[in-house]
Amino acid sequence: MQPFTTHTGNVAPLDRANVDTDQIIPKQFLKRIERTGFGQFLFFDWRFLPDGSADPAFELNQPIRQGASILLARRNFGCGSSREHAPWALDDYGFRAVIAPTFADIFFNNCFQNGMLPVKLDEADVDELFRRAAAAEAAGHPYRLTVDLRACEVRDDAGFTRSFAVDPFRRHCLLEGLDNIGLSLKHVDAIAAWEDAHGLGPLQGGAPPQGGAIG
Amino acid sequence: MAPPATGGYIAGSGARFPAHGGRRSTPKPSVIPAMPAPRTLLDKIWDDHLVCSPDGEQPLIYIDRHLVHEVTSAQAFEGLRVAGRRVRRPEATFATPDHNIPTTDRRLPIADPISKQQIDTLRSNCREFDVRLFDLGDADQGIVHVIGPELGITQPGMTIVCGDSHTATHGALGALAFGIGTSEVEHVLATQTLRQSKPKSFEVRVEGELHPGVTAKDLVLYLIGRLTTEGGTGYVIEYTGPCIRRLGMEERMTVCNMSIEAGARAGMIAPDQITFDYLRGRDLVPKDFDRAVAQWATLPSDPGARYDRSETFSGGDVVPQVTWGTNPAQVVGVDATVPDPASMADPSDRSSASRALEYMGLESGTPIAAIPIDRVFIGSCTNSRIEDLRAAASVVRGHTVSSRVRAMVVPGSGRVKRQAEAEGLDRVFTAAGFEWREAGCSMCLGMNPDTLAPGERCASTSNRNFEGRQGKGGRTHLVSPAMAAAAAVAGHFTDIRQWHYH
Ligand code: SF4
Repeated sequence: MQPFTTHTGNVAPLDRANVDTDQIIPKQFLKRIERTGFGQFLFFDWRFLPDGSADPAFELNQPIRQGASILLARRNFGCGSSREHAPWALDDYGFRAVIAPTFADIFFNNCFQNGMLPVKLDEADVDELFRRAAAAEAAGHPYRLTVDLRACEVRDDAGFTRSFAVDPFRRHCLLEGLDNIGLSLKHVDAIAAWEDAHGLGPLQGGAPPQGGAIG
Repeated sequence: MAPPATGGYIAGSGARFPAHGGRRSTPKPSVIPAMPAPRTLLDKIWDDHLVCSPDGEQPLIYIDRHLVHEVTSAQAFEGLRVAGRRVRRPEATFATPDHNIPTTDRRLPIADPISKQQIDTLRSNCREFDVRLFDLGDADQGIVHVIGPELGITQPGMTIVCGDSHTATHGALGALAFGIGTSEVEHVLATQTLRQSKPKSFEVRVEGELHPGVTAKDLVLYLIGRLTTEGGTGYVIEYTGPCIRRLGMEERMTVCNMSIEAGARAGMIAPDQITFDYLRGRDLVPKDFDRAVAQWATLPSDPGARYDRSETFSGGDVVPQVTWGTNPAQVVGVDATVPDPASMADPSDRSSASRALEYMGLESGTPIAAIPIDRVFIGSCTNSRIEDLRAAASVVRGHTVSSRVRAMVVPGSGRVKRQAEAEGLDRVFTAAGFEWREAGCSMCLGMNPDTLAPGERCASTSNRNFEGRQGKGGRTHLVSPAMAAAAAVAGHFTDIRQWHYH
């Protein structure tokens, strides 16, 4: 997994609440069996008009937001389906961090599995970031933020600094880019002991019956 | 008294191993206090499945059952392959294709080559990793959350995961069941465990009873409307109270299924006689069923057990519900009107509502019953079980689908379909003008050819009314099976409490 330590980049404000994973990556793009290449489909139904051209009204299509790598959104971001294609698509498009007041649980988990950092800030702080982004863009330049996982801090170069909370274990895994499965397999003895204590017996090597009605 | 052992059985290759063998009762080698603190259903399942909680790490919990479908598993199996890992407990893993399959004639080849590749990939992964697959031609194929309980794969006291957010459904039988992402699917395949911090508990207590014509679907939509789409975030909901106890097993599944729409990863209902009666005789339940029941009966929350949060509602307050917006919490009674965003206090609610009304093509103040519809979809893991189809058929019997409506019924599984056909329900539907399909997710998410055209308005028994969920530009209103059936006949929403049954 790619590590996340500290990242400075342009902010794309998406002033919407309850952005669900069906919007982040619509179902017609879930048929692929790879983990990569989903960025082109990110927010597809919002991003593109029926004729396939970019919708100039959509937030991410604003020229000033091209190349943005930090997404700023409202509460309950990533609700709905568990599809990990959502963080895959955000990552593939170029986002490294998402800032919102609250996130849906499964999406929040899925980000950490992909070296992407979801940052929860207070609603008032998110409001302030939306204001600062709007002011910067009105002045003709993109709004830049630094998301620092070492210091657990979000800051700009104009005096905004807020710390955020993150689970220490997840922070550690993200900072180091650790393979979660490899880490868990270090506890294989505890897993085997649990199985033994629950009467599961040794691992079965053989194949269970395939297909057909269950006997 | 020792803390009760919980259920949890592994069935595979026809062999069933009792989870505890009666040898031990608590996962920690601690001294058992004389008066153990009262525990919730969640506490009991959690304590029993805690594998280890190493310093500085999230705990590892054991997973009893892993359900797998074609859309969220290919990358996980590929990850195993690349790392040279195997599936730790193939006999605890069950797969079926459901999301991306046609619901028309199954003898025909799958037209979409990319869909076909995804299903073929599931097949070859199951072969390679020894995972039991209920394939398209299998009599027991169906929506993963319908076949789990139906086959007895789902049992009280178990931990169950699936790369699908509606895994919450299985909590209706007293299991801790929740959706996970594809990386976690790979983790569970490789280790049979999950990294998980203990969620908080939320008791949603429902007093009283539902009025005639008001269903479990109406109840859960009502609750989501009150709790909001994120009210349950970070929690596992346990539904309690007399109104919940009165619900049948399939109604309980409808309620737990939609817990995720209130933000809760899991919803659960303590097992009781209704649960045990439902499970008895199912294919994969423990052979010594009575002993299993004795264990399961110890699962319900102890008197005095503390929840992190509790709220109480009254079943008698619920009327038939219809969603008007683009999330399931944007819901009102069928006797109400489309709300006015200007009347909403919260600015974020207001802007969501305005955006939703624009997308839905609705005006504030329009009576819900005056909204005409074009399509009806009866199906999905929320409402495609036999009791749902019976309820819809009883509404339809002797009536004809409105000439402006195209309506379809998609049973949740091959078994549900055969049962419905044995009862003649298929003929009731087709005689009225409904299409009768093969089992699958179908127009719940429209990954297969079953989709809404832009602007089409649908009364749907599914669980998500997100923009474009049933097809780009499609407009979804979530309702109960009876309400959907009545809307098909009337051509617009109508209050099922005034329905003329033949
Ligand atoms: S029926 Fe719908 S909600 Fe249920 S598993 Fe299938 S796609 Fe998901």
